[in-house]
Amino acid sequence: MKQTTGRTLGIKIGGVEAQAREGDTILDVARALGLFIPTLCTFKGLSAAGACRLCMVEVRGVPRLLPACATAVADGMDVTIDSPKVVAYRRQVIELLLAERNHICAACVANGNCELQEMALKLGVTHTRYPYRYPVFKVDASHARYGFDANRCILCTRCVRVCEEVEGARTWNVMGRGIRSTVATDLQEPWGRSTTCTACSKCIHVCPTGALFEKGRAVGEMQKRENVLPYLSSMRSSGR
Amino acid sequence: MAKHIIIDPVTRIEGHSKITIFLNDQGKVENAQFHVTQFRGFEKFVEGRPFQEMPSLTARTCGICPVSHLMAASKACDDIMAVRIPATAAKLRRVLNLAQMVQSHALSFFHLSSPDFLLGMDSDPVARNILGVAAKFPELAQDGIWLRKFGQQVIERMTGKRVHPAWVVPGGVSKPLSAEVRDQILADVPKALTIARRTLEWFKPAIKKFEEEISTFANFPSLFLGLVTPDGSLEHYDGFMRIVDSNRKIIADKLESSAYAHHIGEAVEPFSYLKSPFFKPLGYPGGMYRVGPLARLNVCDRCGTPLADRELAEFRKLQEGAVLSSFHYHYARLIEIVYGIERLSELLGSSDILSTQVRAVANPNKSEGVGVSEAPRGTLIHHYRIDPDGLVTWANLIIATGHNNLAMNRGITQAAKHFVTGKKIAEGALNRVEAVIRCYDPCLSCSTHALGQMPLQVQLRDVEGTVLDEQLRE
Repeated sequence: MKQTTGRTLGIKIGGVEAQAREGDTILDVARALGLFIPTLCTFKGLSAAGACRLCMVEVRGVPRLLPACATAVADGMDVTIDSPKVVAYRRQVIELLLAERNHICAACVANGNCELQEMALKLGVTHTRYPYRYPVFKVDASHARYGFDANRCILCTRCVRVCEEVEGARTWNVMGRGIRSTVATDLQEPWGRSTTCTACSKCIHVCPTGALFEKGRAVGEMQKRENVLPYLSSMRSSGR
Repeated sequence: MAKHIIIDPVTRIEGHSKITIFLNDQGKVENAQFHVTQFRGFEKFVEGRPFQEMPSLTARTCGICPVSHLMAASKACDDIMAVRIPATAAKLRRVLNLAQMVQSHALSFFHLSSPDFLLGMDSDPVARNILGVAAKFPELAQDGIWLRKFGQQVIERMTGKRVHPAWVVPGGVSKPLSAEVRDQILADVPKALTIARRTLEWFKPAIKKFEEEISTFANFPSLFLGLVTPDGSLEHYDGFMRIVDSNRKIIADKLESSAYAHHIGEAVEPFSYLKSPFFKPLGYPGGMYRVGPLARLNVCDRCGTPLADRELAEFRKLQEGAVLSSFHYHYARLIEIVYGIERLSELLGSSDILSTQVRAVANPNKSEGVGVSEAPRGTLIHHYRIDPDGLVTWANLIIATGHNNLAMNRGITQAAKHFVTGKKIAEGALNRVEAVIRCYDPCLSCSTHALGQMPLQVQLRDVEGTVLDEQLRE
C-alpha cells in the first residue's frame, strides 16, 4: 500500500496550482481537487496497478505519457490532464478494449451497470476504428454461485488484487502473455474446483464489467456493490 | 424452351428473399420457388452461453417481434429450471405477448398490406405504400399508426423499452406492474377496440372485390397448426399444440410442447436458407401445414372473448370446414387484434395483476427445456440443451415463418400459374405473386435467424437458366 509522508510539495495540475503530500500520486491530487482523470483499474482500497492506461497524463519535461494512478508527485511538477493528445489516447484505449474481446452489451448481465460502457459514453467513443478480434473464450460457470466470462474481461486485475489484498485468498491471478493474457483461478483449475476460493464475492463486486457475475442474473441485473469495499479495506488495515 | 422468371427482392415483407418462376416449353408457369437468401446462425453462436442469456440473445433475431422470442425463450428457461412461474408473472407475460401481437398485426395489415387493398393491386408501385395510403385515406392510415402505437406503448409502459425489453426473465418477469401503468393501458383500450372494429367493418365488405385473389392466393387444402387452451380456445402464450385438416377435423390434439420433435420434422431444400418443417406422420412434403392467424382461427373452437367470438362466427361462414385461402390471413389478423385488445384488458382487470410475486428463482434442474408460444406469425418453438454448469450446448429454433415455408412455395406457384403469362412480368402480376407472400406476413430475418432488410427480387428464367426478365424492389 502507498505510504505518504508529511512533507508538502507544490505542483501544477490541470492549470491549477496545488499542494500535495509527498507520496501522493497524481491521481490522488487530481481527485482531491475534483479534477476528472478517467480510470478503470483503480479501486479505492486496493493498490495501484497501472493496468488500464486510461489515466495517462502529460508531465512537462517528460517525453512520454505517465499513468496518474502509479506516478508519485514531485515538487514543481506541471501535469496536463486533458490535452488533445491524452484525450485521443484515452479514446483509443477504450476502442482497443472494445475490439479486443467480445463485449456484447445487449446480452450482458452488467448492461447499464458497466464501468467500461459508462466510460466509453463519457469519453465519446461511439465506434471503434479497429477490427473486432472475436477471440474464442469459454465461460467458466463451474462455481455454484458465480460465473467468469473472459469475453468481457479487460484485465484490470481488480479481482486479483482484492482477492490477495483484502480477502487474503489469492485465488485469482494473471496467466499468459500479451494478447493471450487472462485471469485464472488457482492453477487454471475450473473456479468450481478451486480449493482457495472462499466464495466471498468481493471479486464479483469490484469487477468493472460483466466478466465476473452472480449466476441466475438476467440481462442488466448485475448490480455491483462496490461501496462496501473501502470499509472492508479500512477494517482490515486497522486490524479489526 | 422452358424459362424462369425471378422476382428479387420481394418487397413489403420483413427480411430478404427472391422468387423464381419456372416456365415450361409452352411458356406457361410450371413451378415457383421462394428463396430466403439470408443466414445468421443463431443456433450455433448461442452455444457456450449461460442459459439465462437466451431470452435476450434470441430476441435479437428480430426487431419486430422480440417479445415473441422472449416468451418462447423464457418458457424454455423455466422448463430448464423446472419451475412453475407465479400466476401474476404468467398473466403479465400474456399481456405483453398480446400487445406484441396487436402491434405486429397492425404493422402487417396497415403498413404493409393495406396499400394493395386501398390503392389496388395494379396501382402505381411508386405510391403503393403507407404514404400513398396516408395521402388518399388519411383516417385509415392514422388508425393503423395509432393501433400499432397502442401495442408498442403497452410494451414500453410495462417494460421500460419498446424494442428488446429485458423485463421477461427466466422464472417470470423482473418487476411487478404498477397501478399507474395498468390504468394508462386500460384508458387506451376503448379507442383501440373502436379502431379495430371500425377496420373490420370496412374490410369485410371490401374483400368482395378480391374474389380472384382469394381463389388463387394459396387457396388449397392443408393442415393447420396452432396452440389452444386445454378446453380448445384460442391461445397465444401456453397450452397445447393442435393440428386440424382442411375440414377442421382434429388430427392431432393436446400435443405437449416438449414432444414437438415427435410430430414436426425439418427438411432442407438447396434453394433456400429457410428450412421446411412438416408434420411427420404425413411425411415430406405431404405433411405441409400452415401456422399464424388463419391457422389459429382454424384450429380453435372459440376465441373466448365476446367481440372476437362474434367475429369468428362470421369468419367461419366464409367456408365449410377450415378457411383455406391465405388471403384471409388479413381478415384473421383483424379478428386477432380485437381478441388481443379484449383479452389484455380482461387480464389487466384481474385482482392479482399487481401482485409483487412475479419471479421464481431456481438453478437449472433439467438438462434441456422447450418453450412454445404463438408469435404474431405463428407457432414459435425454442429448444435448448445445457451442460451441468448451465451453459447452452445445443439449440433449435423453429420460427413461425419456417412452418409456412412449404405453403408459401405452393401458394406462389398457384398465384403465378394464374397471373403470370408470357416472358415479361406485368407489374400487377408481380405484385400479386409478392402479395401471396405478404399474406403470411413472413419474417425472414427471424425464420432464418438472418441478417438484412427485406426487399424482393423476381426473375424469369428459361430452362437453361437464362434470365429473361427481372424486377427489383428495394
